[in-house]
Amino acid sequence: MAKYLLLKHYRGAPAAVNDVPMDQWTPEELSAHVQYMRDFAARLEGTGEFVDGQALSPEGTFVRYDGEGRPPVTDGPFAETKDLIAGWMVIDTETYERALELAGELSAAPGAGGKPIHEWLEVRPFMAEHPPVIE
Amino acid sequence: MNESLLRELVPVVIGVLVRRGADFAAAEDAVQDALVEAVRVWPDDPLRDPKGWLITVAWRKFLDAARAETSRRHRELRVESEPAPGPGESADDTLRLYFLCAHPSLTPASAVALTLRAVGGLTSRQIAQAYLVPEATMAQRISRAKRTVSGVRFDQPGDVATVLRVLYLVFNEGYSGDVDLAAEAIRLTRQLAVMTKHEEVAGLLALMLLHHARRPARTAPDGRLVPLAEQDRGLWNTRLIAEGVDVLQAALARDRLGEFQAQAAIAALHADARTAEETDWVQIVEWYDELVRLTGNPVARLNRAVAVGAADGARAGLAALAELDPALPRYTAVAAYLHERDGDPVTAARRYAEAARQAPSLPERDHLTRQAARLNAQLRS
Repeated sequence: MAKYLLLKHYRGAPAAVNDVPMDQWTPEELSAHVQYMRDFAARLEGTGEFVDGQALSPEGTFVRYDGEGRPPVTDGPFAETKDLIAGWMVIDTETYERALELAGELSAAPGAGGKPIHEWLEVRPFMAEHPPVIE
Repeated sequence: MNESLLRELVPVVIGVLVRRGADFAAAEDAVQDALVEAVRVWPDDPLRDPKGWLITVAWRKFLDAARAETSRRHRELRVESEPAPGPGESADDTLRLYFLCAHPSLTPASAVALTLRAVGGLTSRQIAQAYLVPEATMAQRISRAKRTVSGVRFDQPGDVATVLRVLYLVFNEGYSGDVDLAAEAIRLTRQLAVMTKHEEVAGLLALMLLHHARRPARTAPDGRLVPLAEQDRGLWNTRLIAEGVDVLQAALARDRLGEFQAQAAIAALHADARTAEETDWVQIVEWYDELVRLTGNPVARLNRAVAVGAADGARAGLAALAELDPALPRYTAVAAYLHERDGDPVTAARRYAEAARQAPSLPERDHLTRQAARLNAQLRS
């Protein structure tokens, strides 16, 4: 098994095929979308492949150390930031192909008109915590 | 085995150990160890005297730990293996534990964790699950909290307001994982209300009961939030409402108003309306005025603006809102709501979408996005 991060972007990914903002969907389309996401996570829990899923607020702040005895410097949020992460799901799958397959299914969540969003998700393998015991 | 009975015994047994000379941190550890053993042993061998059993086993665990500590330090064992005859348990011990676990030297998160363990009898694992953090993190938070209060005298009276803040925080966390924190907060507040006749303890208990009564109606089967006005009031728990109203009336009769009583009074007025239209908004505004007078809390002012909008019209609500800081959490959502009632769906839809972007939780974000979507769909047709 290996862990993969399925990353969803507010900005930074190529545009989805069915690219309509959520507040322009109908309430029924929203319900169908939320239900799809729920079912997806529940199914992965059922197969033993779900690890974690979290959503992030869009507004973030950049922070850095500014020297001994000084408060950290903050900056942002930057309206022009190219990449903005919306949330993630961590999965633990037998193969990389399986991770791609699941990301594809997640990208098929229904959006406006009840049609799949075809949203671009980023799949990133986790670095393993340990090297293999048997070299 | 009855887990809730076991958990009720936890603060009592800690109190007994402390009276016998154990310090709080060691007593708390010993009782947790005894609990673990109880869970293991009881299914096969139910005990007739659970309290006596827990006291005996916890005391033995404490002695074992103290001996190990002493021999580690090559010092004389100073603890007698048989407790000296002396004061036994006291009802005040549990009350003192509430104060100790909510001690002002603790951060709110530490006080919450320590209260749930030492007063509530939950394990670190259960508390960790409820707060979605790793068990080791929660265990560490609790042991740091115990170190922080290690110098505090157990027999010092505390300030009940600090305890109420902790219980309020626990209640507001709701439930996730296996532990229903709202129900646990009610249990602990009920127990506190038996031990102290403080009006605000009753006020908080009433507030919790009245909100808990609405829980079955607050989320739809698909998980979405249902606003108060749209809730199926047939799902409200009338037994809890009746109890909450009784507790509140007894507290108000003592004529020492506080913020929790005022909040409970508002919840009681909502509970009293058979339909949303029958809500007595004029009285609710008056209670918000009291609440603002008592606390000056900006969130109370924000909620007051909603009530004013319902009592005196959306224009009046928007005027009340205009006096507040737009950076307040949920300000934008309130603005959207009032603009819709004011007959301005375009502004309302825009503010709802904006509020969704600022939402602090997923259910709220979904709810606000849905409101924007509903208005936008109306505007298109």
